[in-house]
Order: sequence, then structure tokens, then C-alpha cells
Amino acid sequence: MPQGRRDFLEQAGRWLFLTSAAQAALEFVVAGNASAAPNYNMHTHWWAMTIDITKCIGCGNCVRACAEENGVPKGFFRTWIERYDVPGWEMDRPDVDAPNGGMDGFPDKPAKGKSFFVPKLCNHCAHSPCVQVCPVGATFETPDGLVIVDEQYCLGCRYCVQACPYGCRYINPKTNTVDKCTLCYHRISKGLTTACCEACPTGCRQLADLKNPKDPVHDFLRTNSIQVLKPQMATGSKVYYRGLDGSVR
Amino acid sequence: MRITFRDAAHLIRLVVVVLIAIAAFAGLRSLMVPETFGQYGHYRGAALEENRQRAVSFAGRQACAECHDAVVEAKKPGKHANVGCEACHGPQAKHAEDPSLKPVKPDSATLCARCHEKNSAKPRGFPQVAAKEHNAGMACADCHQPHQPKI
Repeated sequence: MPQGRRDFLEQAGRWLFLTSAAQAALEFVVAGNASAAPNYNMHTHWWAMTIDITKCIGCGNCVRACAEENGVPKGFFRTWIERYDVPGWEMDRPDVDAPNGGMDGFPDKPAKGKSFFVPKLCNHCAHSPCVQVCPVGATFETPDGLVIVDEQYCLGCRYCVQACPYGCRYINPKTNTVDKCTLCYHRISKGLTTACCEACPTGCRQLADLKNPKDPVHDFLRTNSIQVLKPQMATGSKVYYRGLDGSVR
Repeated sequence: MRITFRDAAHLIRLVVVVLIAIAAFAGLRSLMVPETFGQYGHYRGAALEENRQRAVSFAGRQACAECHDAVVEAKKPGKHANVGCEACHGPQAKHAEDPSLKPVKPDSATLCARCHEKNSAKPRGFPQVAAKEHNAGMACADCHQPHQPKI
């Protein structure tokens, strides 16, 4: 019997429906089942950090503490400090230096204009450009607002290193996978603060939990002029700076 | 409908092939995709737990205060009241777990200078000195007590 167009479409539709239904059923069966982590409920947190530029003295304690806590290889940084020197009105041409990431402090030099320190770290963006480009799902935004790398899953393809507008990622020469700030996930999930905040002598850095209504971060955000880095990129950055100068990139 | 399926014998083979393909796909997928992949999103859910389980090296100031409450009390009236213990003494989680491991006493000359050495980029109100002129050759601790730095 010669098959008409109507029959063909009918049959093709039937097959298509069958396969998609089978696929949906498979997804359901194959997906892993949830297992609760003991003592830490990540759905009750939304982590962030506040940095008060007017308090940073460039001592480098945070950089050293981070390296010691996380075993950051020499020459790489999960957090670092930049010294800005903005001569006169040329806001778009500041002098920036960060000798060894600020780890050994900053040798004094006469300022040409206004000079200040800017500590930097992963901004744990809510809409991370680095997460969007990962081809395998090795980096992701967690339910508690962190951007984390799965060391075992990372291919080391470096897409995310290029995608991060803040330069917060590096390739760990030991593992050949990408590495970055975890906001000390192993500490904050145990009720401690991050290593950099613990070591900061002036309280310039503060860990913040935006889902905790009693966290002083809410007062801090409400009563100060706050800015994030590169707001024009709409990354949903969660590192909030007080007193951030317009020349900071 | 009967007419559609009247001579559909050759389709049965096709159905079998498709079913085998689906089964093979499902089998391979369950072998290759990690167990917790997709638990919270397009990533391995177990990676979160692995990240959380790492050991800490900074014990935190609460842990210090449990034994050294006298030092915390002594620091209170001074300017260094809110400076964490490990900001100067370094990471002490091992010492907190096993107090017999004695930490090395920090060298005040380098330690104080880290924060208080004069630098034009430091905030105006922050106390800073040029060590060469201020205390050439002398240890800071000769005059200032780090836990209560006022003379």
C-alpha cells in the first residue's frame, strides 16, 4: 500500500512521542537522589562579602592567610591586594601595582595623586560568566550562593579563566585544573569566618550571610555608599565595596 | 487505524533496534554520569560535600578564647581588641587541637611593621611610623605591648 503524507506524519508523530516520553522516564530514573549534608543546611544561607576600602592598610594578611588555609601555589592568588594611585583627573589611567599579590606588603612610594588599596577576590557572582562557559558542568553556582569548582570534573580547558571579568581564576599547576576562591566553604559551613576575614586586622573584610536577617551586613549595605566591581557587566557580584573609587577596574 | 498497521511487519525490526538503542543509551549513561550529577543542577552534587570536608588551619578567635580568656580580657581596653589572634600569631588550628604543640612567638619587629610601617596609600587616620626614624634598632615590644599597644 502506498503511504500517503498523512499516514507518514501520523506514524512519525507517534514515534517521536514515544521516544521523548521514554527519554523523560529515563531522566527520572537515572538522576541521582538527594542526600542531606549533616548540620549544614545550604538553603538557609546566601553568602557574600563586604570590603571597606577606607579600612584596608595593605598589610597582606589576607593574602598570606588564604595561601596557608587553601594551599595556594606560589605565584597564584585566590585573593590579592592592588594599590591604586590615581594622578589628578585622569581617572581612567590609574597606576596599579600588586607586588606578589600584596603578600609581602607594599614598599612605600610617594603618591602621585590619591592612593589606596583594593583587596580583590572571587565575587561569587549570582550570574557568573565563568559558569556559563563551562562545557562540562565542573563549575557552578551552589544553592547557598557560591561559585565552586569540581576539581574531579574539570578538564582544565581554561574557558572560565578567560570568561571571568575579574581575573579570579587560575590553573593549578599541580592538578592542571582550574582553581579559585571558595569563600572558605569548608570554614563557613562549620560556623567559622573565612581565613582572610579571620586574619584581617582592621575588619576591612567581613563575611556576610544575606539570608540571615540579623547579619550586620544589612545595616552596612543600608547606611553606606556601596559599589560592586564592573557593575556594567551585570554579573550579580556579591562582593560589596564601601568607598570604592570610580577608577578601580 | 487497522489500515495503517496492516503490513507493518518490517517496522517491528525497527522498533526492536530503537529499543535496544535506548537501553544501550540508558546503560551507558548510568555508567558514565556520576551518581550525584543533577542533584542541585548541572553539576556533581557530591562536589559540595567534598569541598566542605576539607580541614581548617585557622582555628578562629572563639577557639582561642576558650583557653586564653585572660589575653582576650587584657586586649579589650586597647586598640587591638578586635584584631584576631591569628592575624599576628598565624594559623593555630593544630595548636587548638593539641595544645602541646607550642606556636612560635612572632617577631615583633617584622610583625608590627606589616601594619604600622608608613605608607602613602594607607588610610589617613591609621597610626603609622617610619620604623627607621621611630625606633632604629629597637624592638617595638620594648615600649609597646602588642596586646595593649598604648605606652
